[in-house]
Parts: sequence; structure tokens; C-alpha cells
Amino acid sequence: MTETTLNAAAGLPEIDERSLGMRIKTQVKHIRYVLTSNPVTLLAFTLFVMIVILGIFGPWIAPYDPLATNASIALQPPSWSHWFGTDQLGRDVLSRVIVATRLDLLISVCAVAISFVAGSVVGSIAGYYGGWFDKISGRFIDTIMAFPLFVLAMGIVAALGNTVENIVYATAIINLPFYARVARAEVNIRRNAGFVQAAKLSGNSDARVLACHIFPNALPPMMVQISLNMGWAILNAAGLSFIGLGVRPPTPEWGIMVAEGANFIVSGEWWMAIFPGAALMLAVFTFNLLGDGLRDIVDPRQRT
Amino acid sequence: MSPDATNFGKTIMEPDKKTSKNLVEVDNLTVEFTTRNGIVQAVSDVSFHIAKGETLGIVGESGSGKSVTSYALMRILEANGMIASGDMVYGGIDLKNASNSTMREIRGREISMIFQNPRAALNPIRKVGKQLEDVMRQHGFATRQNAKAKAIELLKMVRINNPEDRYHSYPHELSGGMCQRIVIAVAIACQPRLLIADEPTTGLDVTTQKAVLDLVGELTKAQGMSTILITHDLGLASAYCDRLIVMEKGRVVESAGAADMFARPAHPYTQKLIRATPRLGADIRDLLPEDAEPRTPSEPKAPAVHPEGQPLLQVTDLVKDFPLKAPVKKLRDMFKTAKAPDDEPTVFRAVDTLNMTIDYGESVGLVGESGCGKSTTSSMVMRLLDPTSGSIVFDGVDIGAMPAKDFATSEYRSKLQMVFQDPTDSLNPRFTARQSIADPLFRLGGPEVRRDADRRVARLADMVGLPKSLLERFPHQLSGGQKARVGIARAIALDPKLLILDEPTAALDVSVQAVVLNLLLDLKDELDMSYLFVSHDLNVVRLLCEKVVVMRGGRIEETGETEALMSNPQTEYTRMLLSAIPHPPEMAA
Repeated sequence: MTETTLNAAAGLPEIDERSLGMRIKTQVKHIRYVLTSNPVTLLAFTLFVMIVILGIFGPWIAPYDPLATNASIALQPPSWSHWFGTDQLGRDVLSRVIVATRLDLLISVCAVAISFVAGSVVGSIAGYYGGWFDKISGRFIDTIMAFPLFVLAMGIVAALGNTVENIVYATAIINLPFYARVARAEVNIRRNAGFVQAAKLSGNSDARVLACHIFPNALPPMMVQISLNMGWAILNAAGLSFIGLGVRPPTPEWGIMVAEGANFIVSGEWWMAIFPGAALMLAVFTFNLLGDGLRDIVDPRQRT
Repeated sequence: MSPDATNFGKTIMEPDKKTSKNLVEVDNLTVEFTTRNGIVQAVSDVSFHIAKGETLGIVGESGSGKSVTSYALMRILEANGMIASGDMVYGGIDLKNASNSTMREIRGREISMIFQNPRAALNPIRKVGKQLEDVMRQHGFATRQNAKAKAIELLKMVRINNPEDRYHSYPHELSGGMCQRIVIAVAIACQPRLLIADEPTTGLDVTTQKAVLDLVGELTKAQGMSTILITHDLGLASAYCDRLIVMEKGRVVESAGAADMFARPAHPYTQKLIRATPRLGADIRDLLPEDAEPRTPSEPKAPAVHPEGQPLLQVTDLVKDFPLKAPVKKLRDMFKTAKAPDDEPTVFRAVDTLNMTIDYGESVGLVGESGCGKSTTSSMVMRLLDPTSGSIVFDGVDIGAMPAKDFATSEYRSKLQMVFQDPTDSLNPRFTARQSIADPLFRLGGPEVRRDADRRVARLADMVGLPKSLLERFPHQLSGGQKARVGIARAIALDPKLLILDEPTAALDVSVQAVVLNLLLDLKDELDMSYLFVSHDLNVVRLLCEKVVVMRGGRIEETGETEALMSNPQTEYTRMLLSAIPHPPEMAA
């Protein structure tokens, strides 16, 4: 049967797009398009790559040992030898800011990963099956949301013990409701979509329909949530350290450094608090900007 | 006719009486969109005019630029679109260069629009009466004191029963046809001189479609309005318009009076469109263009041996009840033991003791208006929904007794498949065409089939006429017809015995519909399948089915051989359905 009209509309050369190389090429092309079409996304990704590099190679990049004290150069303002100045024990603030990246990034990535996985599972099941599981999980999540979240995190860390792992768990628990709700809503609206019915006709069991057909379609909005949450998780971890929970001195960590530096702001040594605070702000800012770009990359509909 | 221009109108609103008798003149209009792949010309060099009181039909298939033309006229193009060149003059006003404030005055007051989806066009959280008032007060047609009375008058005008009660309704409480009437009321509230109706009846039943279009016709005639009717349905356009222009790929290819165009279509594209329109007395093969290569039929299979005297599908006394929401209890009754009063029904019976048989190799049409229970019936037969009572015997086995949720993995699943109404909605947006077609092979095929999946997908694509290069595309990269093919390939992947076709062509252009219908007919012979064709369009059902079942309110109204039923309907309801189909002029006789 002639297909002239339809094929003319398609207007693509007859190439076999199946090879892996082609696919990667298409994907790279798509990512490049997303990045170049929006300068803000490009900026966010550049900053993100920088943060990740600092996180991985921080100890090698840092000019000084972040833990080495030297009383003779304590509390020096920024200078050519110490760009961000030194703290009350003579440690180099720049080195401490750089080395702290890894810990802060690790805490937030772990926390977000846990809450993403747990929240998606709970939310997807609630959204797909409904019924008693939906009601119980829904009320449970409402209960978590009813607390002031930071106070809840404080309580969890205080109760479980003052360790880095517990900061991760606490941050994961307070973030879980957001993922569960987004996943529930996204799954719920697609539960009766045509392609879901078609998947059932193709012999997919309910669990498979949910995992392989519906959930991947809920990913784009979840991606936005992830990136917003990353910033939030960093802030949360730093906040907990700031009030003395979780990370303990002398470990370099942005929250603690701000807390320690705050004591010296009054006496004029501003650099101890400002620089880690700026790093924190930059990281949160980056993750917030990242969201839209990340969504565009995982959404196949953005591809043409 | 001009609404008290002295009171309300600014000087610019007063059309220049001297210029011409034409209300609208569009000259060499070109509209361009800036997209990721460069500049796309959606409308090129389009010229037309509309006289006062005239109805102009703009006909074309999707992507022909007919909607964009009207959006350009209203200056409501999306942000990436722009009018590149050309002139648009409305009653002496240069619409192309008019200021935004002038355009705001013109929209709704001088030119108004009826949108495709009435539900999307109405604000869901505002009473319909209030929405009518908003428009009239915005343009100074009513004051706070008399707005309500005027709104009710409008509701009366669009023939809504109990306008005083309906004034307080929210859009979700009204049917699709009623919503469209409200949209019409909003559009004519300020007595505009030009009404643009953009596919006003897509998604409505034929009977509702007739009622809505008749209403628009009467109202515009009574008020001397001009109308632009945008549609893909040539039959519809020719029945309601004085003059037609046919658009293809952003250009006007033909412009003539409605009757003339049907009698003597000059342009090949128009001829193709007319050919593809299902009509009385046309065979399914007649719908294809004359120069279409005849499909090479694959070697006919040996006629399958069927059990004697036993139908493929026998549905007996099928019933489906849906529970109704319990009425809200009053606060003081809260603690009393609640017991529903016996006289109040607690269930809604969507399908009521339905009996039906489908023989091996037979096509049966299931016809009725929306809400008649035809989709519920097909869902039950397809075992996506459990019946309340009754039996569904398929190939000698009572599949109605198996719970729907276990049926997905049972051996009978592959024998019963379905082609869905909306090809876009029924394909997973994250699956490529290949993945969609291969999914049933991997889930229900044995290990042998799985190993062979690539070759089978290629063969299926071949059978439905889908170029292999398109297999790696995502649904949004395919056209409507291509998506429909993917859906059909997926449904026939496992050699089903019964295929339910749920309005498979409702979302497609007529020329694509013609191709898809022919494809379905060929596949039926090739694969020895039976079809249950669910549709509201008797004209299409007639082309494909030997037997028709007409449903109404959950019951079977009439059943019979297609030709007999259509030429000699036994019930009033079937006659009404038949008469509501718009007939092009030459065939009306």
C-alpha cells in the first residue's frame, strides 16, 4: 500500500537507528540541545560539574591540609597565600571549604536517593492500587508533614544518636512525603490511560504495568523534585551540623564552619562564616536551577 | 446588528461602510513559527474573504494550517508564531497592525470563537451563568443589575432546558453537548459579527453534532452573523456552509461553492478528500485514491476449521452495575444506623442483560451514542472489567468467570486483543514503536517467539505498512496514522481470534481513515480474525461490518444485517441515528 503522504510527512532518511552508537549519538545531541537552548541550564550544569569535581578530587585540589592547625597564623584575613583567610586555629578556610564538599554532597545524595526510592515505591503503590494501603500510607505521610520538618529531623538525630548516618536517615525521612505525593499523583492520573490498558492486554501483570509502563512516565516531575530536594538536603544537613547535631568538629563541613565562624563575625573576622556560607548557597542555587534541565533530558517528548 | 455602536463602540469599532461588502478580507497571509528545527511556515499565501451573513467552511486535514489561519485572524497565535506577511482586514480595521487594546475590544465583541473542546474552554470552577455574565459585562453588554436576566435569556436561546436552574450549574455537571451549547452562548453573548467555529463537534455524537450545528446555523442566520466553520469533515462542511476553501499544507488549493465543489472538485487533493469521505453507496475500496497500488494479498491461508454450529463469542445476559455514591448523610443522622431507603437505587446499571454472538471470521458493529454502554461492554468482553452477572463464552470457554486481574497472564489473553480509540493515548510515551509492538511478544509469546521477536516485529510492521525506519521512534515523533498502525501491529502481534476495534479511526483524518479501514479489512482476511467494531459512526461501521448491534441505555435496541438495518431501520432510535449523519449535497437526494 502506498505510504507516500505519511512518509513524506516524516521526512527522514531511511537509516537504521538501532545501533548503540546511533542511540548514544542521539542522546548526546539531545542533551546538547537542552543545554544550549537555555543558558540558565547550561550555567547550572557547569556549576554542578564543578561541585562534583570538587567533591571527588577535593583533598587533592585543596592547597593545604584542612585539619593542620598553626597558631601563628590564626585569624588572618584573606590574602594571596590564604585566599579565604584562616580560622581561629590557623587552618586554611579555602581548603576546608573545598574538602567539605564531599561530605555535604554525600549526605544529600544518600538522603535523596533513599527518600526517592522509598517515596516512589510507597507513592506508586498507593496511586495504582488505592484502597487501604493508600489510606494508611497517606495518613502516615500527612503525620510526617504535620511536624515542623527541621524540628523532626533534630528529634530523629537526637534520638538515634549523633552520627552522619543518622543525619542521612533523618533527612531522608523528612523528604519522603514529597516523593510519595508526587509519585502517587503522577501514577494515579495514568492508571487508566490507554497505554496502561494496552499493556494489560499485552499480558503485563499489574506489578509490571506499574513498574515498567507507568512509573517511567512519572519520572520527569520526579526529577524536578530530586534536584530541588538536593539543595534542600544540603541545607538540612548543614543546619543540623550548625546546631551541633551530626557532624562533629574538626571535620570540615559547611554547616559547622558557618557555626564556628558566626562567633567571630562580631569581632570583624567575617571570612570564616561568609565563605562556607557562600559555598552552601551556591550549591543550593545550582541544584534548584538544575531541575528544569534534568526534566527536559529525561522526557522523551522533548526530543525531536 | 452592530450592538449599539453609539453607546459602547469607540470610533475604531465602527466598520468603514464604504470599503466593500466583505466583512473580512485576508490577502496573502503567511504565518511562521520559530521552532527548534528552524522556521516553519504553517500558513503560506492564504487569501480568502467572507461576505456579511455568509458561512465559510475551511476544510483540511490535520497540519493543513486551518486552525492557525483563524488564530492569526484573532491574533491569538502562540508566542513563537508570527504573521510574516499579508493583510487581514475586518470591516475596515487592519487586524494585522491593530494595537493589543483594539484587539481585546474586537475579540469576543466583534469576532468570537467556539473551541474544539468545550470542557477545556469553560472555567471548571465557575458557574456557567456567571461565565456568561463575565463576557457580557466585560464588553459592556450588561450591567450588574440585568446581567443575570440576560444570561438566562442566552441560555434559552441556545435551547437549554430549565435555564434558571442551569444558570447555577458547573461545567462538569453538564454533558458534552450542553457544554458546547454554553460555549456557543458565550460566543454569541455580545452579538459578534463573525463567529469562528474550530471543529465545534469533534468528540460529540452524531445526533448532538446535528443539534449543535443546526443551532449555530439558526442563530447566525437570525442575527446576520458571518461564520467560519473549520473542520476536517467535508461532508459536514458541505452540509452547513455556503462556500468552502480546502487547505493543504498551509496553502489554499481550492475555493468554491459547497455544491460546486462536490460536483466538480478541481484539485486532485480535493478529489482525494471527497473520495475518502465515507458515504452511502460507496464501497470500502472506493475510499482509496484511484492511483493507489492494489495491495498484494499474501497467500491466502488454508481456511481455518471451525467447530460446527458454535460461535466464536457468545455473550449471554451480560449485566454490569456500577455502585452509585451514597447520598451525603445529614449531620443529625450521622450516628443513626444508616440504611439506604429501599426506593433509591444504589447502583447504576450500565449494561442490562445483553445478548450477542460473533461467528468465526465475522465483523459485528456495536453502535450507540456516548453513555450507551458500548465501551463497558467491550471492556467486559476484553476482560479488563468484571461483569456483574452473565456469561462470556469465547471459543467454547467461559472466560467471563475468570477474574480480570488474572486474565492478563492467562493463555486466552493473546486470543483477545483490542485497538484503542486514541492512538496517542494508547501508546506508552516512553516506548519506541518497536518496544510497543514487541511488548506482547515478550510477555505472552513463548521462548521461541521471544528469540524471534526482532524478525516478527519487522514482519508485523510490514503487514500494517509501517516503514521500518520508524520503528525506533517515540510516539510523539509519529503522525496519527503511523501511531494507529503501531497500535494495530501490537494488537495483531499474537494472532488474536477476536479483535475489538474501539473507534479506531475517530482521531484520524479522512484520508488516513480510508487507508486504515482498508488495512483492517485486509488483515481480517489474512489472519482469519473476527472483529467487534465499536463506533458511533454508522457510515464507517457499514463499510466494515456484516452485522450491526445498536445499543441504547445499556440495552440492545436493534440488531440485524448491516444493509438491511440501514436501509430499513425498525426502531425510531436507529432512524434518528441515521438521519443525523451529515450528507454531502449530491448524495442528499
